[in-house]
Amino acid sequence: MTRSVHPALIGLAVLVFIFLVGPLVIVVGAALSDTSFLTFPPQGLSLRWFENIFEIAAFRRTIVTSLQIAFLSTGIALVIGIPAAYAMNRYRIALPGWLSTLFVLPVLVPELVLGFSLLKSVAVQFTVPIYISLVIGHTLLVLPYVVRVISASLANFDFSVEEAAISLGSPPLKTFFTILLPNVRSGVIAAFILAFITSINDVSISIFMTGPGISTLPIQLLAHTEQFFDPTVASVSVLLMVLTVAVMAIVERTLGLTFLAK
Amino acid sequence: MTQRLTIENITAHYGTTKVLEDLSLDIAEGELVSLLGASGCGKTTTLRLVAGFLAPTSGAITLGGKDLTRLPAHKRDIGLVFQNYALFPHLSVADNVGFGLKQRGIARDTRAKRVGAMLERVGLSHLADRLPGALSGGQKQRVALARALVIEPPLLMFDEPLSNLDAKLRIDMRVEIRQLQRANGTTSVYVTHDQEEAFSISDRVAIMHQGRIMQLDTPEVLYQRPANAFVARFVGFENLIPMTVVARDGETATVEAEGGVRLSLSSGHFGAIPDRFILASRADGLAVSDETNDGIPATLGLRTYLGRAYQYQCETPAGHLLANGPLGRPLDPGATAKLVPVPEQCTILAPEA
Repeated sequence: MTRSVHPALIGLAVLVFIFLVGPLVIVVGAALSDTSFLTFPPQGLSLRWFENIFEIAAFRRTIVTSLQIAFLSTGIALVIGIPAAYAMNRYRIALPGWLSTLFVLPVLVPELVLGFSLLKSVAVQFTVPIYISLVIGHTLLVLPYVVRVISASLANFDFSVEEAAISLGSPPLKTFFTILLPNVRSGVIAAFILAFITSINDVSISIFMTGPGISTLPIQLLAHTEQFFDPTVASVSVLLMVLTVAVMAIVERTLGLTFLAK
Repeated sequence: MTQRLTIENITAHYGTTKVLEDLSLDIAEGELVSLLGASGCGKTTTLRLVAGFLAPTSGAITLGGKDLTRLPAHKRDIGLVFQNYALFPHLSVADNVGFGLKQRGIARDTRAKRVGAMLERVGLSHLADRLPGALSGGQKQRVALARALVIEPPLLMFDEPLSNLDAKLRIDMRVEIRQLQRANGTTSVYVTHDQEEAFSISDRVAIMHQGRIMQLDTPEVLYQRPANAFVARFVGFENLIPMTVVARDGETATVEAEGGVRLSLSSGHFGAIPDRFILASRADGLAVSDETNDGIPATLGLRTYLGRAYQYQCETPAGHLLANGPLGRPLDPGATAKLVPVPEQCTILAPEA
């Protein structure tokens, strides 16, 4: 049996697809251009703008910094966010309703305001080193995503499963790791990926927290484009995409495998 | 192996709300006692207190002479079966059943042997490698049962284990639960709101209401001789008629109900008749007759056919009553008749406060 599809629906689907994929095609195309200016479609094919990234020391440094900050802040946000989401779902009735709102509050504040106030308080007031204030800022930035995503996967979790494990002799903390975590694995992976992407692409908070000698990749890119209009901006974008996809694949693989091995 | 459970003067609160009041319960070795009542009566709270998921405000819980009151839940060694099965979704049937043995540090091959034997007993050997998501409700509850039994706990507790199953399976499973419990001789607490379920599988049943046990006895006694008006209504006594003795003459007492209805009752069947009491019965405790003068005058309403008798909705000066009449003599709505108490089917209760 075939189902007839309205031509307008097909047209609409194609439009949405172009809207989603189009920018990616343009960025990848521009990055591969042999010209010394940003253009699309690419004129001549070359990888020289990718080589260019690694020739500039500032780019090399900031790629490492960005990866470190993204891993650290995502890791810290998971360590804080998973127990927080757990507690808010497990003890929903006992806890006040505003508590879950508290954890998504940073999303409601414009990121520029968040970045500026962090600069005034953390970096200036307490003279916290740049690197650490970057980690603090990014942790704050990604925490709401972690709490939201983990909460969503815990919403369907039947906590009597946990009680069953405890009644069979498994101590509560052990139960958390052997029973609860494996069952919200996909939520943890999703939270990790979302948080990592948010951190590695962030401009508005990093722009306040970076300082002499320490910068992140997007900030370095911003500085670069102020002086040069070459396809480096496109090649860095492609590099960021590749890095993100690679991290996603690795996380999916390793987290998936360790949990399955239990 | 199997042990006596003693709950002494337990009081429990949720926040400032008192949910159990001075509750005591003694369950003998190998006995199955049901906690029966509507939701909110405290039956699940009692189970969770014994399991260690809640702490009592005061009182003590002991199992085989060991004080459980302050012991953490994972050290209590109690087998639990939950209403929603609570199987570990990421573990196979065999790993679910073996989970408790693993916690006890039992070696892998011994564990596999015991799990295999247990799965055989509940008839699930062929599903050992499946994940719980691929099982039917009945199979899930068998896995849950096997998981609780395999650790050979001194106490088994069931929290509405059959509520999520369909009617036919419910009856099969309760027989199966009772057989396994009997075979192991494990002391058991069974929480349910289903009276038929509780009565059919229990040695004794505790009928609970507002955090208290209203009556604790064998199903036979509860069904025939409820101790108070609450339990009487609960086990289906439709007619509760408050009475006052107005005259006594030897064995016979003349009693008066609301609306000036007078009856004479012989204390021979009831023992002593107090000055004020409630005459309680099911519909078959009041016989409809249009051939006698002694009885409660009634105007008959709707007649329904029960197979063994006709049942009538009756309006009387003492209120709305249900009574049964003989099959040979169907009476039409609107007819007047007398309702005569059948002493063997009636019981006398203390008046309600």
